[in-house]
This record gives sequence, structure tokens and C-alpha cells, in this order.
Amino acid sequence: MNENDKIDPANSAISVSCRVPLLALFGGAALWLVIGLALVMLASLNFHMPGMFSDHGWMTYGRMLAAGNDAILYGFAIPTALGVMLWILASLSDSELALPLVPVLAANVWHLGVLVGIAAIFMGDSTGFQWLEFPRGGSVLLFAAYMLMGISAMATFGARRKRALQPAHWFLLAALFWFPWIYTSANVFLVAWPVRGVGQAVIDWWFSNNLIFVWLTLVGLGTVFYYVPKFAGRPLHNQPLALFGFVTFILISTWCGIPQGAPVPAWFPAASTTASILLIVPVLSLLAVFVKTVCGVQTQCKGGPFCYMKFGTTAFIVSALMLIPLGCPRFGVLAQFTEYAQAQSYMQILGFFSIVICGAVYELMPRVMGMDWPFQKFVRFQHWLFMGGLAILVISLAIGGVEQEMNNYNFTSGVIFMKFATLGFLLLLLGSLLFAANIFVMTLKWKLGLAKAFIAVIKRPLDASEVKS
Amino acid sequence: MNSGCRIFLVSFVALGLSWGGFVIAPAIQLGTQKQTAVLNSSLTYPEQRPGEATMGLQVYRRSGCAACHTTQLQQDGVECEVIVTGMGKTPVAVSNLLSSLNLTGLSKDDAQSASDQITAKGGKTEIHIVPTGGDIARGWGSRRSVSEDFLWDYPVQLGSVRMGPDLADVGSRLGSYSWQLLHLYAPQATTKDSTMPPFRYLFVVQKVGDVPSPDALQLPAEFAPPSGYEVVPTMAAEKLAAYLLSLHANVPLHDAPFTAAAPPEPTKAKK
Repeated sequence: MNENDKIDPANSAISVSCRVPLLALFGGAALWLVIGLALVMLASLNFHMPGMFSDHGWMTYGRMLAAGNDAILYGFAIPTALGVMLWILASLSDSELALPLVPVLAANVWHLGVLVGIAAIFMGDSTGFQWLEFPRGGSVLLFAAYMLMGISAMATFGARRKRALQPAHWFLLAALFWFPWIYTSANVFLVAWPVRGVGQAVIDWWFSNNLIFVWLTLVGLGTVFYYVPKFAGRPLHNQPLALFGFVTFILISTWCGIPQGAPVPAWFPAASTTASILLIVPVLSLLAVFVKTVCGVQTQCKGGPFCYMKFGTTAFIVSALMLIPLGCPRFGVLAQFTEYAQAQSYMQILGFFSIVICGAVYELMPRVMGMDWPFQKFVRFQHWLFMGGLAILVISLAIGGVEQEMNNYNFTSGVIFMKFATLGFLLLLLGSLLFAANIFVMTLKWKLGLAKAFIAVIKRPLDASEVKS
Repeated sequence: MNSGCRIFLVSFVALGLSWGGFVIAPAIQLGTQKQTAVLNSSLTYPEQRPGEATMGLQVYRRSGCAACHTTQLQQDGVECEVIVTGMGKTPVAVSNLLSSLNLTGLSKDDAQSASDQITAKGGKTEIHIVPTGGDIARGWGSRRSVSEDFLWDYPVQLGSVRMGPDLADVGSRLGSYSWQLLHLYAPQATTKDSTMPPFRYLFVVQKVGDVPSPDALQLPAEFAPPSGYEVVPTMAAEKLAAYLLSLHANVPLHDAPFTAAAPPEPTKAKK
């Protein structure tokens, strides 16, 4: 961290304005990440011993897995994304966070919504739609919280001093706009006034693709394009190419996601095939921008936030390259129901997005709080744990997927790959514990500091002028 | 791209297009879908599931069955095969011809021409349509799943991962009510090496009363409760089994033609 940034009065005003909202967002998010990974790992224990959780409905595999996945996506990924987004918008605007109390309220409402939703899944009240499992009570709270957060973000954006927009702006503003649309559409057409028949499945695929692939990519790449030039110490290479990548990405990627061979009219999967193949264009352009920006840079990353960005972006490329074949008719039909497709989702959520966003949090929180991380070494440890965990998880699931298909879906022999996946989740869980420990100890230190300052004010001897003689 | 408005405009167009394509279009095209005619029959498809099976779908959802099971079968395509049903008046000529003809794995035109050659010699033939592909070869069903199969279901639980076999046609494949209940209580009792977790929480282990319950499961010794106790399915388990038995994809339709081995029986959940 650059010492000058801490002292700069304008910067410190921004930091102070972001402090409480970001702590509220990240604190809950870190907890949800730990809970989510723990649940997913416990669920995968079913493959070691099928009978171990069978006496209680709430512990059944389908509920634990859904609750864990949603805790990771809605509990961790989205609030952290919103926090980082608020901070980047405030920094780019060079102005304090507007209406700072609103995101504090929103963060609490959001985490309450996630709690309600996860409790509902455990009680068996999931909607049954993948990645949209939260029933009405939870989703209404999430939507309200998001809109509040959006008000603060837009107000901060509107108050910016420099009118020109940065590449990070494009991605983050698009993301800001994306979520309410897809989330309301999905809830209206699937939960409130459900459409008839298999149209439900199409809308659910559209929603999950737009949330997991498009939304997470927009926020993740926005963050990368904000931080990487800073780390590299040079502007983003070839801004027009980045713009081209951005526009083609949002035009194309939203059409992916309909599985091949699905029981729907053939034009749906055909549209997704076309989009998947065209996706290579934005992915390569964005990759070129990134590579040209970081190539030959002398900055050492040493497992710090810069490493997170580089690893995360690589993971995005892998995730996109894993997604493209799923859209091809031949391979897609063979692979879509195997663990390969799961490997792709985890690559996107845990590999690309979580890494990038954790890197951003590790970079920005010391500035925001004006103090260093309590456990500096954990930053590097988490990086290695995530890298190892992901490699084990994704490679074992991907190979398991191929094996499943080649072996004619022999479920007994394929279980070995799920056993490896448990190990991957375990490493990720350890990494997330380090993340949570850092955030919670930092919060605690900050609160102790506040309390000390408060006590000091009370105990301070009165000024001479105030003492009556 | 120097104004926020333009970003929103581009995003609006991009998302709006796919929203029109993948939300509004399916809501119109699939949301207004009607029952369809069964091929070579006066029946319409699908029938509403029986009440208990409809409630069983909710148990299926609550239990998260779709986390491991899909209910969508796929096929690569269809082949035709020519079945000779009669040798006619010149059996020697027909059998000579048959030895030189390939009768399976044909395209529609080839099958027609083979059939024409045989009938020209006086034989009688039928052309059968046979779907091909991994799911069909595994015996999971007789045709691919089509949108009509899910017309009355809410929520439609297609599933995305196969940690266990596909269930789209499980009611035809494993059509015994008691087998389904036994399998839910102890999968390893019916399928050795099954990786499916048991769903014991859908059952009650109770003391045998004056008269043993007629619903009690007939368990193999290693899965049986202690003597004096019996395992009785709860209503949830009964509904789930009824739903599983109501899962059929064995009716030939215009979208997914095939030649049924026997006329499809009306689907009823047996109790």
C-alpha cells in the first residue's frame, strides 16, 4: 500500500464514507462464504458414505447442496461485488460515497434475505429452480436491498468530478443495471406468475447464465480493469479494443446457456450454439487487453492482490473456454449432464469471481480502514489454498465428467472423482476461513479503536477554559 | 463511450434482445402450448398426473431430487428398421431377397425401398422407427423428452446433473410401487453398490401393533429394523413414489416419433 494514499485528505474522506457500508457487506459475505463452502463440502460427503445424513430431511443432499451454492452466490459473491463496486465508483468519481447510510441498511437487509432464503431451503421451501431457490420472502428482501444499494451507487456515480468514463465504469454500470432486470424477470415468470410447462426451464437457464456467467463476469472484469492498470503502473492497453470486447460480450454472452438437446423447440439451443461460438470474439479481445497491459510489467505480486487478479483472469479464460464447448451440439449433449458442467460453474464462481473479488477486498480494505490486515501472511496462504483447491476440484470434476460419459454413466465407478472434489472443497474452505479471520479481526480492531477513542474523549481532562475557578 | 446514458442504452439493447428471445418468446411459444395428439391414436397427450403424483412432484422438489437426477432423455436421431411380418405366397423368393438386404439402421427412404422390394415379392412388412443415442441404448427410455412431457408440471424439474440415472421414463422402467418405496428407504437393498443416499426421513420406524401395518416395507434382513418394529412410509414417501410411477416418456408424438412395442397403457399410479 502506498503511504501517500492514506494521508491524502480527499482519499481519506472517501475511505471514511465507505468504511461502515463495506464492513457490513464484507463481514456478512465472509461468513456466508465459510458457511456455503462448508455446506457444499458436507454435501459431497454423501459420496463417501451415502447413508450418513439420511435421518433428517434438512440434511439431505439436494437441500445442503442448494443451500451451500446459494450461500456462496447470493451470500458471498453478490454482496462482495456490490461493496467493491461502491468503492470503485466512489474512487473513480473522486467523491465520497453518496448516502452512506443507505448501503449500510441495504447490506443488512441483503444478508437477512439470504438468511431467510437459506432457512427456507433447509425447510424444503426451495422454489425448485436452480440458482433461484430462494422463495418469495427471501427474494423480495434481496431485491429491495439491491435497489437501495443501486440508489447509493448511482448517486455516487452522478456526483463524479471527472465526467469521462473509465473502462471499469462500463462493466460496473452494466452490471448494476443487469441484476434487477434478470432477477425480477425470473421471479415474476417463475415464482409469482409462472409460465406453463417447459418454458420455466428456459427462463431459469436464461437467468442462471445471465447471473453466473454475465453478471459475475461484468463485475469481475470491471474490477480487474480498474486494478490491473494501477498495479501495473500503466494505463489499460488499447481502450477501443476493451470497448469492443465489452459491447460484443454483453451482446453475445446473454444468449448462451440453453443446453443442447433440451426438450424445447430446436431454435433455443441453436441460438445458444451460435452465441457460444461467437463468444470467442469478446473473450479473445478482453484477453488481449489484459495480457498487453500486464505483459512485461516489473511489479512483483508475491501472492498479493496482483496475483489474485492475474490468477482470476486466467480462471475466467478457462471458464469461458470450458463454456464454449458446452454450447456445441455434439460435445454439449455428451457433457452437459456430467460433472464437467459443474466444474465449469465452480470455475466461474469460485475460480474466477471469488479470486478477483477477494484480491480487490485485500487491496482496498487497508485503504478504507486506514490499517493493515491483522494477518498479512493469510493473504498469500489463501491464494495458494484457493489455487490448489480449485485445481483439485475442477480437474477431478472435469475428468470425472468425461469418465462418466465414456463409462456409460456407471455411477459406482465415477464416485471416486466426487471424493477428490471433497478435498478441493476442504482446501477452499480453509482459504475462506483465512479470509473471514482477517475481516473479522480487522472489524474487531476497528471497533476496539472506536471504543478506545470514545473512552479517551470521556476521560480527557477538561480544558482550562472550561474549568470554573 | 463517455456518458452513463450510452452505457445504459447499450446494456438495455443487449439484455433486452436476449430477454425477448429467452423470456418472452418461451412464455408465448411454450406457455401457450396445448395437449397434442398421440401418433396413430385418437388420444391426446399428456394427461394430467393423478392427484397423489402431482403432490409427489412437490416432495420431489422439497427433497432436492433434481440435484442428482435429470428428467430429460436425449437421442441422437432416429433410424428405421424393416420388420417382415409375412412371407406371402413365394417364401423362397422373399427369403432369398432378405438375405441380400440390410433391414436395420436405415434411413426413411432406404427403409421404404427395402420394404417395396419385399412387398413386390409378395412379403408383408412394417417399418418401425427406432430412436438412437446413449440414453436410449442405456435403456432409460424409448424416445427423447419433448416439451409436452412437462405441460402440467410446476415446477418443471429437468435437472442438470446425472449423479444417478435419468428418471424421465422411470415409471415404465421400474413400475412397481413397492420397489420404489423400498428403493427410497434403502437404495442399496434393491441396487447393490448404489451411490444414492437413503431417504429414511420419509419413513417411520414404529412398533408393530396388534396387527402389522399393511403398508410396512418388506425389507431384506440386513436393512430390516429390530424385531418387533416395522418400517412404514409416510404420506410424503407414498406421494413421491406415486410421482415416480407417473413419469413416462413412452408415448409416440409428432415431435418424437417411434414405433411403440405395444399400445401405451393409460398411466395410473397403482397403490
